[in-house]
Amino acid sequence: MLFAFTEDQAAITEAARGMLIESCTPADLRRLLANGEAIDKTRWQTIIDMGLLGICAPEDKGGLGLSLIDFVGIAEAAGYVALPEPLIEMAGVVVPLLASLDDKGWLARVLAGEIVAVGHPANPLVSEADGAAAFVLSSGDDLHLVERDAVTLTRVDSFDPFRRLFCADWAPSAATHVNGGWRQTAQRGAVLAAAQMLGLGQRCVDIAVAYAKDRHQFGKPIGCYQAVKHLLADAQVKIEFARPVVHAAAIELPLGSPAAKARVAHAKLAAAEAADLAARTAVQVHGAMGMTWEVDVHFFLKRALALKTAWGTPAMHMAQVIDRMTALPTGPEHTFAASFEHG
Amino acid sequence: MNLEYTPEQRAFRLEVRAWMETNVPKERLPSFDLTREGFEAHRDWERKLSDGRWGMVTWPEELGGRGLDLIRWLIFEEEYYRAEAPTRVNQNGIFLLGPTMMEFGTEEQKQRFLPSMAAGDVIWAQAWSEPGAGSDLAGVRSTCARDGDEYVLNGQKIWSSRAVFADWAFGLFREPGSERHKGMSLILFPLDAPGVTRRPIERMDGEKVFAEIFLDNVRVPVADRLGGEGEGWKVCMATAGFERGLLLRSPARYQQAAKRLIGLYERHRHELPASMAERVAQSWMDADAYALAIYAMCSRLAAGGTIGPESSTNKIFWSELDMALSQTALDILGPRAELAEGDPERWLDYYIFALAGPIYAGSNEIQRNIIAERMLGLPKG
Repeated sequence: MLFAFTEDQAAITEAARGMLIESCTPADLRRLLANGEAIDKTRWQTIIDMGLLGICAPEDKGGLGLSLIDFVGIAEAAGYVALPEPLIEMAGVVVPLLASLDDKGWLARVLAGEIVAVGHPANPLVSEADGAAAFVLSSGDDLHLVERDAVTLTRVDSFDPFRRLFCADWAPSAATHVNGGWRQTAQRGAVLAAAQMLGLGQRCVDIAVAYAKDRHQFGKPIGCYQAVKHLLADAQVKIEFARPVVHAAAIELPLGSPAAKARVAHAKLAAAEAADLAARTAVQVHGAMGMTWEVDVHFFLKRALALKTAWGTPAMHMAQVIDRMTALPTGPEHTFAASFEHG
Repeated sequence: MNLEYTPEQRAFRLEVRAWMETNVPKERLPSFDLTREGFEAHRDWERKLSDGRWGMVTWPEELGGRGLDLIRWLIFEEEYYRAEAPTRVNQNGIFLLGPTMMEFGTEEQKQRFLPSMAAGDVIWAQAWSEPGAGSDLAGVRSTCARDGDEYVLNGQKIWSSRAVFADWAFGLFREPGSERHKGMSLILFPLDAPGVTRRPIERMDGEKVFAEIFLDNVRVPVADRLGGEGEGWKVCMATAGFERGLLLRSPARYQQAAKRLIGLYERHRHELPASMAERVAQSWMDADAYALAIYAMCSRLAAGGTIGPESSTNKIFWSELDMALSQTALDILGPRAELAEGDPERWLDYYIFALAGPIYAGSNEIQRNIIAERMLGLPKG
């Protein structure tokens, strides 16, 4: 029993986080929007060069062979900067999925920077599809690996300008069919969405704190006033008690048990609630400025709102939690999902 | 990172479980805040725990403990609450003064006070707050005037939990003429010393949970000061960190309460709207989230970390969780909730105690200030 990251885990996360915070500033996001660019190609190349896409890929396929828990801190950092590039979906969701399928060589191509977009039944639209070279799509229980030119895409605008969502029209065939199933893809997506929401929430608090130190009213920074302090403290408390749940979910997910699935659901619910409170609080602390395009809060608020329903809705996750709560024993000796493995 | 218990940790759990199954009283003990008999029944339980060497498992063996790490302390607590064992009448001693003494006490003080604390022979009360010093604890006015090898204590303390029946207290006093955070010392004194008068304060439900303590020229040896002379504020803040952060409110307490809430919900499910399941699930999730956060904190402490302002986030989280949990129970009970005899599980008592959660151990308003100023770096008011 050790609920702390190892030095190696912390070092990998810190390296990625440093790069992301330095390169992906709100000014950089605004530059991409002004130029009509979906992603920053230089940063994407840095992500490839750092080997971040292969963290969860098997070692014999050119990856580091690490687990979701080794990647969860990077997902938090990606949320913290509202990263436009699909690092988290590729490295955390697509790579492990392809590694479990007859991938027809696509895993190596993803590690080299090509994008494979995923049309999972939990998500009504396919994200990152316009930049994709191929797709993993499902027809009934069957999975298909479909090349770009066999799919017709129709863009559906999101209010998050960096989310590029599409309806995908395609026809399954024997040639596209691959053996394998979604397995834990939706749960991995949910945990990584939760981790990103932790980062998004923390960024909202940090932006609001900086503003509260700077903005003066009645002759003092508004951050001196308890009414403002307490709003921000409450948002921070929510984040602090969502984070360990997300970390536990990342570790327990591979167990695949009902208790592990409920932990994932809890992580998603808790992180969504924390990000939601932090984003609303950041708007409130900024006053009328919080409603504007000029203040950066909206980038993080929008991403948090979108991720809240990605890979399963709060209502669905709450139902999973209630199922586990009533079907399996509860109590202090059942904190961890592994407690059910050992009787 | 690894969220599985080792075989040794699992064996330890079973050892605690077996002892609790044999030894936890079958009948709920009478309240320790209502009568001397109830208080002494709890002292007997403390002695029984101590006979099994379960008085304070993290303490060194020579002081009456087992020298166990914090993960085993958590496992012990989980089994303690799972067995619904009696509330620790000596929690002010073992969870607050004990750890403070480990850090600041002399060898002589540790030998003199800790084994008797672990054994339940001396039950402790806290004497910090005063009528004019609650959230602003640096406003204490009770004095300790040095007279050779003795201090002469004078003043008035209030909201001292357990002090009605307890044996000793640890209190915050200041050198006459000193101001604010300077000149304070933490001093231990027997509650039956000449010049000490205790006056019980009844809680809204009639229990004598706290007392006022009046000190009129109470003489104590200088050797009974904990920490350096004039360093009482520093020592107190360490104690307050233990109180809010970790020891006083172990997560198992809320997980066991959530389990009972789930049981209550399931017994009444047929008469409840479906939405009630979500409230029950929220309390259960929050109790587990608190447990996970404490496991993470204990892992950091084991690696040499310290408890900082996160003790304040803990305090807000457990106190609000406790309130929501008991409110949900009362809503499930419906019109039965207000009846004195309407509910054998006594959720109303639980709720009344939960109401105090956002107040004691530093009010939640003060905790939010601490989080805002020390974690987030916002300016002081």
